[in-house]
Amino acid sequence: MSSQISNAEPLVRIAKREGATFPQKVLVRAVAILLALVVDAFFIYFVTGLNPISVYRVMWNGTFMNTTRFSWAMRDLSSLLCIAIALAPAFKMRFWNIGAEGQVLIGGLVTALIMVYFGNSLPAPALFAAMVLGSLLAGGLWGFVPAWFKSRWNTNETLFTLMMNYVATSIVACMTNLMRGQASSLGTLNKGTKAGWLPVIAGQRYTINIIVVIVLTFAMYAYLRYSKQGYEISVVGESENTARYAGINVRRVMIRTMLISGALCGLCGFMIVAGRDQTISTTTAGGNGFTAIIVAWLAKFNTFYMALISFLLIFLQRGASEIASAYSLNEYAADIITGIILFFILGSEFFINYRLIWRHGKKEGK
Amino acid sequence: MSSLIAWILRAIPFGTIIMYGALGEIVTEKSGNLNLGVPGIMYLGGFAGFASSYYYEKLAQNPNPVICIVLALFCALAASALGGLIYAFLTITLRANQNVTGLALTTFGMGVANFFGVFILNGASYTAAPLANKAFSAKIPVLSGLGVAGQVLFSYGFLVYAAILLAIVLQWFFTRTRVGLNLRAVGENPATADAAGINVTKYKYLATCIGAAICGVGGLYYVLDYNQGIWATTGQIEALGWLAVALVIFTTWKPLNAIWGAYLFGVLYWLYQFLPSLLGITVPSYMTDLIQMLPYVVTILVLIVVSLRKKKENQPPAHLGLAYFREER
Repeated sequence: MSSQISNAEPLVRIAKREGATFPQKVLVRAVAILLALVVDAFFIYFVTGLNPISVYRVMWNGTFMNTTRFSWAMRDLSSLLCIAIALAPAFKMRFWNIGAEGQVLIGGLVTALIMVYFGNSLPAPALFAAMVLGSLLAGGLWGFVPAWFKSRWNTNETLFTLMMNYVATSIVACMTNLMRGQASSLGTLNKGTKAGWLPVIAGQRYTINIIVVIVLTFAMYAYLRYSKQGYEISVVGESENTARYAGINVRRVMIRTMLISGALCGLCGFMIVAGRDQTISTTTAGGNGFTAIIVAWLAKFNTFYMALISFLLIFLQRGASEIASAYSLNEYAADIITGIILFFILGSEFFINYRLIWRHGKKEGK
Repeated sequence: MSSLIAWILRAIPFGTIIMYGALGEIVTEKSGNLNLGVPGIMYLGGFAGFASSYYYEKLAQNPNPVICIVLALFCALAASALGGLIYAFLTITLRANQNVTGLALTTFGMGVANFFGVFILNGASYTAAPLANKAFSAKIPVLSGLGVAGQVLFSYGFLVYAAILLAIVLQWFFTRTRVGLNLRAVGENPATADAAGINVTKYKYLATCIGAAICGVGGLYYVLDYNQGIWATTGQIEALGWLAVALVIFTTWKPLNAIWGAYLFGVLYWLYQFLPSLLGITVPSYMTDLIQMLPYVVTILVLIVVSLRKKKENQPPAHLGLAYFREER
């Protein structure tokens, strides 16, 4: 009996699928998200007994109820998307930069320090220039250190960048502690002078953030797709040996790419501090550094897909906090719903890259 | 002297939490799976253990400490193994990227634990399971009374000793048993292992789920013993989970090193509180914030030194983080 089974063709075989067509990809992902929403609906129903459809309608309001809600969603989207864009070149190079959280924090910290200590002495243009430059340098440094060790001794970058997050968190905790002095919390920086705050445009201070991120979306797409450096990045990502054979200086590409990646994360820290929070704390990055990793990976380094996926995630987060207040649940529902949707999207990639070949029935006779 | 003892009495339980996390993650990583979902899994384990003992205490008429321990352990193991199963299914069967799946699992695990935690909290800032805490933190009866030595060596809950035992057993398992050697082969070179007749998928699944279950005990120990049986919505377990991942590197993937490594991390973690009083100096609070990064800095240094020396036995499993597809060459 057992030998019969082992001789038979397995019930289902897996084969690599070369180049799924665009409609196929869209279909697979749409089905994945739909299935995830169904699973989430079951979860909502069994835990709370609420009607999932009306819960989803409330969720919709979280982003689309009025223009204020929508602009908040755009604000959150700009932070998440900016980090994802920053991570894209590193991931395309197959350099696992898990340290976005720390790179954002350290960039934000330098911004905040310059705001506080030079806010009164520098004229506004010079102040902003110093803040931007400082955040770029700080984030770049946080990206450079693991890249240098990786390029030199092949030190594991996943774990290195992960540890750098906590080094940054400790430094931020230390500096905010110093800056607040006797007060119980740091509070808003430069409250009186508003020095170093981004100007209000179209009613919101974070309008500039949104504009910058839109520009970055296009710029990064072009950089990865059409520039020589972008090409080098993809060759190194495919195979370091091939890159070396083709005469690409792998070490230089690696360090340069991580400098860019870290610096853009630092810039995101600047935008959060100057354009959104006007303060700094250890939770300034708020887990976006980790979520952005998922965004960048799922979008396969295409910045426009990143915008789409970020929007989906932000929509879910805002929706979940809307549910939380409407049904007196708690906001952690957002994490569960997001987690389930991520699992489904991650799993769906399989059906894009591989196809299942079922054992032919006897009637077909092949 | 007394503050030195107090320091040790804090460091060893702290080390035990991350020792479980690290041992579980070593088992997982030996199969070539880099599971960054450790914080989420520790949340799942900790919460399942807490919730089961909380309801048992509340509903049973005469709660029995032994049943409480068994129940809490079972629930913690089951919940965290389930978390591992999600990860295993996505990364092994569906070949999703391991890093991303792990991070999603961390989000999910934190969400599940805290979401249901709020229902138990029911508006309070924390709730406790005192009986379970008593059962889990019971000291060794006679030995713990034997002066300073008894206090330092024998005054912990049974999970502390179980962790040490587990580390020794795992070391033996990895170096002396056929199954353990097979598992390492899977993590080093799955294609070769497959050719040698090892069922790679089965090994990866089992290692990931069992590893996750061990991680979950870390969460259980944190809630029911270290944190005195108190459940509160904090981000503390997440930081501990990442520290456990750091400890795996620190041990260079050897379970025996996890014993002293974990305690060293515990000593470093509590350094900010006990060293100043030991030296009779006062340290400003901003310095304590800075001192807290010591375990992570030490880990980075180990990571660098390991990559510098390139000693074969100290390297991560060669196929760590990569999916295996038999038909891909």
